Amino acid sequence: MKFKVIAGLVLLLGIIAASCGSETDMEFKRYYIGGEQLYRERCQNCHGKNGEGLSNLIPPLTDSTFLKTNKKLLACIVNNGVNGQLLRVSGKSFVGNMPANDIAPVDIARILTYITNSFGNKMGTVTSEDVARDLKDCK
Amino acid sequence: MRKLAIIIGIVLLYAACKSDGNKATLPIYGNRDTKTDTVDGKPVVDTIYNTIPAFKFVNQYGDSVTEKSLKGDIYVADFFFTTCPSICPIMHRNMLKVYNEFKNVADFKILSHTIDPKHDTVPVLKKYADALGINGNNWWLLQGTKEDTYTLSASYLVSPPQENAKEKFIHDGYFILVDKQKRVRGTYDGTLEKEVDRLIADIKTLRAESNTQIAQ
Repeated sequence: MKFKVIAGLVLLLGIIAASCGSETDMEFKRYYIGGEQLYRERCQNCHGKNGEGLSNLIPPLTDSTFLKTNKKLLACIVNNGVNGQLLRVSGKSFVGNMPANDIAPVDIARILTYITNSFGNKMGTVTSEDVARDLKDCK
Repeated sequence: MRKLAIIIGIVLLYAACKSDGNKATLPIYGNRDTKTDTVDGKPVVDTIYNTIPAFKFVNQYGDSVTEKSLKGDIYVADFFFTTCPSICPIMHRNMLKVYNEFKNVADFKILSHTIDPKHDTVPVLKKYADALGINGNNWWLLQGTKEDTYTLSASYLVSPPQENAKEKFIHDGYFILVDKQKRVRGTYDGTLEKEVDRLIADIKTLRAESNTQIAQ
């Protein structure tokens, strides 16, 4: 009985220790988890649960090359939407509209951290400072 | 030992529920009425079910579509508009699953009524169909007057679309299953994957039913 209690405590401490990563890890997780919730509320209806998009109507979010190439434009797209511009994503052409979003830079950062680190993408944290900087250069 | 008996009990109960859940026929929805006829001098009571009335619309190819175009077909109907930013993409992502499952079935169709006929003209609907990746005649995108479409929505037992300055149009995300006698046999929340799986299963049940029963 005593052994079980001790084993349980050791296991619990182990889990706590493993979940306490470095400071950057914590920051990433905060952005990512917040982004997951926001994605579900604001992006998922169109872009899909797995970022799969919809045929040739709505682009997928699984094209890592597109996301990396257009990294500085992503905040502008989320903030201002898309108005008929041609986008080449995953080898397909998309011409359509995406509505603008009225949300704070920190929430854009959360959404982008989630998208660029899900669906097979791995680009690290997008911070609200990154977003604030990129938004100044929107066309 | 007692634990084992409880587990076996639970499993058995579950299995019993499962087999009860296998429906052979689907319910018939809507208000019903009765009609008494005299056959061979005896009164015979007949049930009159809610049915989808006559209509006339135009599909994405510019062809006119009426209730006669659906003679002998089971179909699923929904209401949408191509510029819808909220629930339509998820509805049509789910409807695409239904389309792909039955696209080679001759007596099955999907009708998507636009509730924004001013914007969604025949060319706009055709472009949308192409981008969605649908072709052939198993999924029609239908345009008609707003009045006709809104009126028809009532017979599908869904609430008529509402207009609102911000959201533009507010409408139900329901898929409605209609049998060969134009009776509503099921309604499904088109935004939920699980409901769409239920719809696919029900279409199979309904097809089996109408293939074995003679139309009443």
